[in-house]
Amino acid sequence: MSDAIVTALLELADDHLVLGHRLSEWCGHAPMLEEDLALPSMGLDLIGAARVLYTRAGEIEGKGRGEDDFAYLRDERAYRNCLLVERPNGDFAQTMLRQLYFAAFMEPYWKAALGSSDAVVQGLAAKALKEVAYHIRHSAEWVIRLGDGTAESAARMAEAVVELHGYTDELFLSSEAAQAAEAAGILPGRAALRTAWEAALKPVFAEAQLDWPEKVWPQSGGRKGEHGEALGHMLAEMQVIARAHPGAVW
Amino acid sequence: MYSQGLIGADGRTEEDEAFLAAFQARIDAEEKIEPKDAMPEGYRKTLVRQIGQHAHSEIVGMLPEGNWITRAPSLRRKAALLAKVQDEGGHGLYLYSAAETLGVTREQMTEELLSGKAKYSSIFNYPTLTWADIGTIGWLVDGAAIMNQIPLCRCSYGPYARAMIRVCKEESFHQRQGYEIVMTLARGTEAQKAMAQDALNRWWWPSIMMFGPHDAESAHSEQSMAWKIKRFSNDALRQKFIDATVPQAEFLGLKVPDPDMAWDESLNDGKGGYRHGPIDWDEFWRVVKGGGVMNRDRIKARRKAWDEGAWVREAAQAHAEKRAARRAGEDAGGKVAAE
Repeated sequence: MSDAIVTALLELADDHLVLGHRLSEWCGHAPMLEEDLALPSMGLDLIGAARVLYTRAGEIEGKGRGEDDFAYLRDERAYRNCLLVERPNGDFAQTMLRQLYFAAFMEPYWKAALGSSDAVVQGLAAKALKEVAYHIRHSAEWVIRLGDGTAESAARMAEAVVELHGYTDELFLSSEAAQAAEAAGILPGRAALRTAWEAALKPVFAEAQLDWPEKVWPQSGGRKGEHGEALGHMLAEMQVIARAHPGAVW
Repeated sequence: MYSQGLIGADGRTEEDEAFLAAFQARIDAEEKIEPKDAMPEGYRKTLVRQIGQHAHSEIVGMLPEGNWITRAPSLRRKAALLAKVQDEGGHGLYLYSAAETLGVTREQMTEELLSGKAKYSSIFNYPTLTWADIGTIGWLVDGAAIMNQIPLCRCSYGPYARAMIRVCKEESFHQRQGYEIVMTLARGTEAQKAMAQDALNRWWWPSIMMFGPHDAESAHSEQSMAWKIKRFSNDALRQKFIDATVPQAEFLGLKVPDPDMAWDESLNDGKGGYRHGPIDWDEFWRVVKGGGVMNRDRIKARRKAWDEGAWVREAAQAHAEKRAARRAGEDAGGKVAAE
């Protein structure tokens, strides 16, 4: 039982770390200075949530593993994030749409997690809810600006939908571990959040003049450690110093 | 973070004596000059150039440290570094805003940076090669920047002085954070200690060059001092930095890479200080003029971000115009309906 809870918390933590890392890759390279500030802000929120979840997973596991052991010493097959968050940044349209897809899912998720039987998850939910409201507002505004901007931005935004929509289905799937955590009242169910997610996104798509894709090929596998090829490169870079100096304190 | 003495500042000005004397009287009375006040053209130009260089230094300065965000060795360090680099971007933003009060736009200043016309602190043209560079930059480069910037909080130009108060608070936090990174390494494994010493070896001389040429060779200092844009000479600030930093290195068990460094009772008006060895000014000028290892890469990275972001900025502009047009259409439609 506690193994399943640990795994379920790691799934959620990995989603946050991987997406936070992706956002951090923009720092200093964004299209405007305001975004050089906004993207790291969102990244910091996500990395902060990951740290809380890793630490909590380590406590429940009881083997003395801490946040850095989980983040730096697991290979890609042991990472349990969903595929959406590991997608490379692509252009700014893809980064913003990926953010909107994830944030619009996490908002109802954290709202439901306010009732978690685990005090740490409950506390994190209260904090993350405030943050995710900003992430939604920021990314939705950009999706609208780009979708209803110039011909080029509209084409790039439409391309982002084609590129990413197929990865959203996995957000609504609960692994066996997650199902156990859900049954224990620690984490909220995922499938039921689809209505709220679509209700949040469809008006944004309409305003952005984007078509809601009807036919997509859903991709999944992240919760089993079956990732795309991009994650391994991300982890190789992220983990290189920590792994080159085993046991060192930083 | 920032910066050496102003490069290529031209304090020339062409107002009449009475105007200049009245302006100088305000400066001497420690009155703050505000954006709408009359000011000599030379004063305005000097400030535009200095604040612009300072803002560019913050923006280009995001790159060497940003180079390690994705490789930071722990989550705590990763979050702290990300927040730090974000702070530098924030400093760039207030400083561009302060410069805009003098009648230039951020776009103009950006063009000048990307074309190579505007300068930025040459310290950022050195590469960050190991994690220890991140600690060492915080400790030395932010430390040197603070020495330069604390006096700027009292600069005669109000918007610049006020921006600097917040900037200095954040820089001082960065400096302590950097020192703490180096301290952790200095107390770590042999490999970590060697990494810390190597970083100090590479960053020491560029850091003390950040204060700019010796006073005797600093052509533009005098007018800036009279206008109270600048309050201390390059050499005085450099000495202050060295006196503060050498004991910090000793405390860490690290060695400053200057074989001539020695305590000298005669320095600082007989209070004593550390006398440093000769600075390689050829290297300084080579890097200032574009010949550093990273000069081309830094500007290329800025230009790439700017060029690749053009479609995003154009889309934001186009969308804002569409919105405004729609709103105007709705207002007009409303009026017609009401009539």
